Amino acid sequence: MAFPHRPDAPELPDFSMLKRLARDQLIYLLEQLPGKKDLFIEADLMSPLDRIANVSILKQHEVDKLYKVENKPALSSSEQLCFLVRPRIKNMRYIASLVNADKMAGRTRKYKVIFSPQKFYACEMVLEEEGVYGDVSCDEWAFSLLPLDVDLLSMELPEFFRDYFLEGDQRWINTLAQALHLLSTLYGPFPNCYGIGRCAKMSYELWKRLEEEEDGETKGRRPEIGHIFLLDRDVDFVTALCSQVVYEGLVDDTFRIKCGSVDFGPEVTSSDKSLKVLLNAEDKVFNEIRNEHFSNVFGFLSQKARNLQAQYDRRRGMDIKQMKNFVSQELKGLKQEHRLLSLHIGACESIMKKKTKQDFQELIKTEHALLEGFNIRESTSYIEEHIDRQVSPIESLRLMCLLSITENGLIPKDYRSLKTQYLQSYGPEHLLTFFNLRRAGLLTEQAPGDTLTAVESKVSKLVTDKAAGKITDAFSSLAKRSNFRAISKKLNLIPRVDGEYDLKVPRDMAYVFSGAYVPLSCRIIEQVLERRGWQGLDEVVRLLNCSELAFTGYRFIFLTTAVTNSARLMEAMSEVKA
Amino acid sequence: MNRTKGDEEEYWNSSKFKAFTFDDEDDELSQLKESKRAVNSLRDFVDDDDEDDLERVSWTGEPVGSISWSIKETAGNSGSSHEREQLKNRNSFSTYAQLPKPASAYSLSSFFRGRTRPGSFQSLSDALSDTPAKSYAPELGRPKGEYRDYSNDWSPSDTVRRLRKGKVCSLERFRSLQDKIQLLEEAVSMHDGNVITAVLIFLKRTLSKEILFRELEVRQVALRHLIHFLKEIGDQKLLLDLFRFLDRTEELALSHYREHLNIQDPEKRKEFLKTCIGLPFSAEDSAHIQDHYTLLERQIIIEANDRHLELAGQTEVFRKHPRKASILNMPLVTTLFYSCFYHYTEAEGTFSSPVNLKKTFKIPDKQYVLTALAARAKLRAWHDVDALFTTKVLQEYVNLVEDVDTKLNLATKFKCHDVVIDTCRDLKDRQQLLAYRSKVDKGSAEEEKIDALLNSSQIRWKN
Repeated sequence: MAFPHRPDAPELPDFSMLKRLARDQLIYLLEQLPGKKDLFIEADLMSPLDRIANVSILKQHEVDKLYKVENKPALSSSEQLCFLVRPRIKNMRYIASLVNADKMAGRTRKYKVIFSPQKFYACEMVLEEEGVYGDVSCDEWAFSLLPLDVDLLSMELPEFFRDYFLEGDQRWINTLAQALHLLSTLYGPFPNCYGIGRCAKMSYELWKRLEEEEDGETKGRRPEIGHIFLLDRDVDFVTALCSQVVYEGLVDDTFRIKCGSVDFGPEVTSSDKSLKVLLNAEDKVFNEIRNEHFSNVFGFLSQKARNLQAQYDRRRGMDIKQMKNFVSQELKGLKQEHRLLSLHIGACESIMKKKTKQDFQELIKTEHALLEGFNIRESTSYIEEHIDRQVSPIESLRLMCLLSITENGLIPKDYRSLKTQYLQSYGPEHLLTFFNLRRAGLLTEQAPGDTLTAVESKVSKLVTDKAAGKITDAFSSLAKRSNFRAISKKLNLIPRVDGEYDLKVPRDMAYVFSGAYVPLSCRIIEQVLERRGWQGLDEVVRLLNCSELAFTGYRFIFLTTAVTNSARLMEAMSEVKA
Repeated sequence: MNRTKGDEEEYWNSSKFKAFTFDDEDDELSQLKESKRAVNSLRDFVDDDDEDDLERVSWTGEPVGSISWSIKETAGNSGSSHEREQLKNRNSFSTYAQLPKPASAYSLSSFFRGRTRPGSFQSLSDALSDTPAKSYAPELGRPKGEYRDYSNDWSPSDTVRRLRKGKVCSLERFRSLQDKIQLLEEAVSMHDGNVITAVLIFLKRTLSKEILFRELEVRQVALRHLIHFLKEIGDQKLLLDLFRFLDRTEELALSHYREHLNIQDPEKRKEFLKTCIGLPFSAEDSAHIQDHYTLLERQIIIEANDRHLELAGQTEVFRKHPRKASILNMPLVTTLFYSCFYHYTEAEGTFSSPVNLKKTFKIPDKQYVLTALAARAKLRAWHDVDALFTTKVLQEYVNLVEDVDTKLNLATKFKCHDVVIDTCRDLKDRQQLLAYRSKVDKGSAEEEKIDALLNSSQIRWKN
């Protein structure tokens, strides 16, 4: 994120207020349990917590020792235990077992559970069933929006995706509505709201209801955010499934950015230790290359290195006074830049090594063929080979999903054979994963009606020899009427370009996928902004099979339930944890 | 990938976008390397003293003073002596050594005694009064738990609103089925899944399951919430009853099958899988479940046998290449690799032989050769690799020979069994086929193929 902006674009709202608010609330809650206490923190909350508070703030509010919530007996000897958790059943069972063990031992302590971002009735039910309701006091820490960057807010709720899009559980919709409410309270009101998808619609309605009930004080204020778009993930799976080729995306795919920071191992830091690095607009080097196509990054970094060298070289021939100036004013900045530069060069090298090893070029080629809808047979056998060679299970799954979505489902014969091979290569229990993927619409089998008519398949059988391969493919993809194809055509997602696509001077949004594909969700936003509404997009909305909503130089702010990429998407659907 | 060079070029020429490639960037890579050298050469000048402009990090890479770091410290100090040892050793070379003691070793008093709270620290009430967030947290004054609902006559919509606000709210007054359903529908119309589940918990407690199921069958949103809730709390029995009631046989079967993941003991897991075999899966999945059971059954036998062999220390391959992990619960392809690695030459009759696996699980030729090649190459058994290659590659070439006699001669010479057998069959030459039978291995797949042909009544042999 953090895009360079046009001079006429407005300033970004100051999101640091969200951090202050979350921290103050936490402090307030800790003070509700006066005196010394030990704090148990759920692993998933540790990184978000780190972004808004630190140990000394906790110590100031009489937190003595810190523990991770894990399924082990607590060693704490404190008289007061405080638990900071996500509202999950297994956490409740753990807490109940601690309390019950204390009871058995005749020990009395005070217990407090702080749910973040909210508590669920199912959790209270478990506490009640385990006989500890009343022994434990419950509170909520409405920490629902974490600013990861100047223009990126995350709810850090990766389970949102699986809960809603797989299980159909709407429990996070209220959390989302609350987050929108908070946002509009602080930076609103929002003059224009748009959305697409069922979940977007429900969130919008619940949020509107909240605004009515709480009698917004935002009326008459100058809005800091002009347009709000609510988009369901399942409107645009393709974008999340494609391999990323801009620097930030590659860093994420390679090293996994967690909560806005990344762990660079010894191979990157060229030392014996790992380094946790915050990746945001404050990292000057990163900020300049994050959105660049990877092929431009090397050139940029070497230019940067040369400049740095030149600036250091200036110290030669300085007199004492100049040297004093240099050391006191410039040296620190140069050193900082130098460190960052060597980190990102190290990261680039690591990415190169990894990508060269796995034959990234062939992979990208297959993805592009899938997006364009030609050579489907070859892409299928490429995926098959991936599976047979037991290349990463997540990668194979991702390619199959991409094939399925772009082709509106797999031909039954291919579906069966790919599935069988997948189960043989990665384990039979993935049967469950396939069921999940089918349910979420990520990997489906074409219904008999969708496939070619008997005559058509006969014709295509006649031309299956190698030379005519392309004709067959063109023929069958026409016959299939895949929605992706239709949408892609309607919205011109596959740019038709004569000659080479110049990645150094991107002409459209497709550069994020090497010029092969314009992300669907971004195109929708662009179109709605251009048309000031959904006029003329009815056909697209129909193809997307969703209802749209419209209620009444830009800068973009992103609010996500969790930052995702293809691997996270697939892991969420996988039954077998790696 | 059978794509020919020509095809490939055509693809790239016809494609208008430039696929950037990693290996084309030779000069950029060298550029990068050069930059790296340049940057590294600056180190002497730079790495003199302070680390102040980077975050301080402990040896785990966490910023010192961060919460994640501190938790690891607690774990380290109260954990095993091994971890402590590690900490001690690492101290000598990490930045950790220069830092204050782990935060958790401080008692609170050392932080606090004689110090007032920093004045700069805004209290919550200050912060709230000057930010526009006032309306956002209007009820922070008292924990929500203290709000008790003593009123008994909330309407369904009032009740749902209170539930949405997280307030404790009695549902006991909703006693008639009509009231209960009205409450549920109100919850569904608000879209808040947490409230829907709260109402469902109440309905589950106060309605017989037949009535509950019947009412939910026509309310899909609520139904999905109940199913997810039952999955989460692990009420497998009621979940299966529900699927049965709804006649969702596939989910019923999968839900039962999923339980095997929680069974660690291989024997018990195998027995459990056996109970899955008759479940109403799709025809295709039934075969997968059967295979899963058979695979684990085989693995248990192989594992017991091989552990014994390894311990006895008499078998060369186990001595030279001790097993790194047990074969239990591994995928089929991994099992095939294992068997090609340790049991390549075994006759088909044994469970651990690759040929037996290939046959039992109908592993395609291509997959078989690929895996066998990888395993034999890893062992540096080049002779086997040659043989695999020869059959695979030669077979294709020999098949292209048009003259039948030449083809037969070549195939016999290079032991392309399949080609010889198929050619004899096509020539309807029974005698030649019978003669060839002596040239293939006893008990091999080829021998079986020949026997099947010889016994076939479909072929009209010419001799």
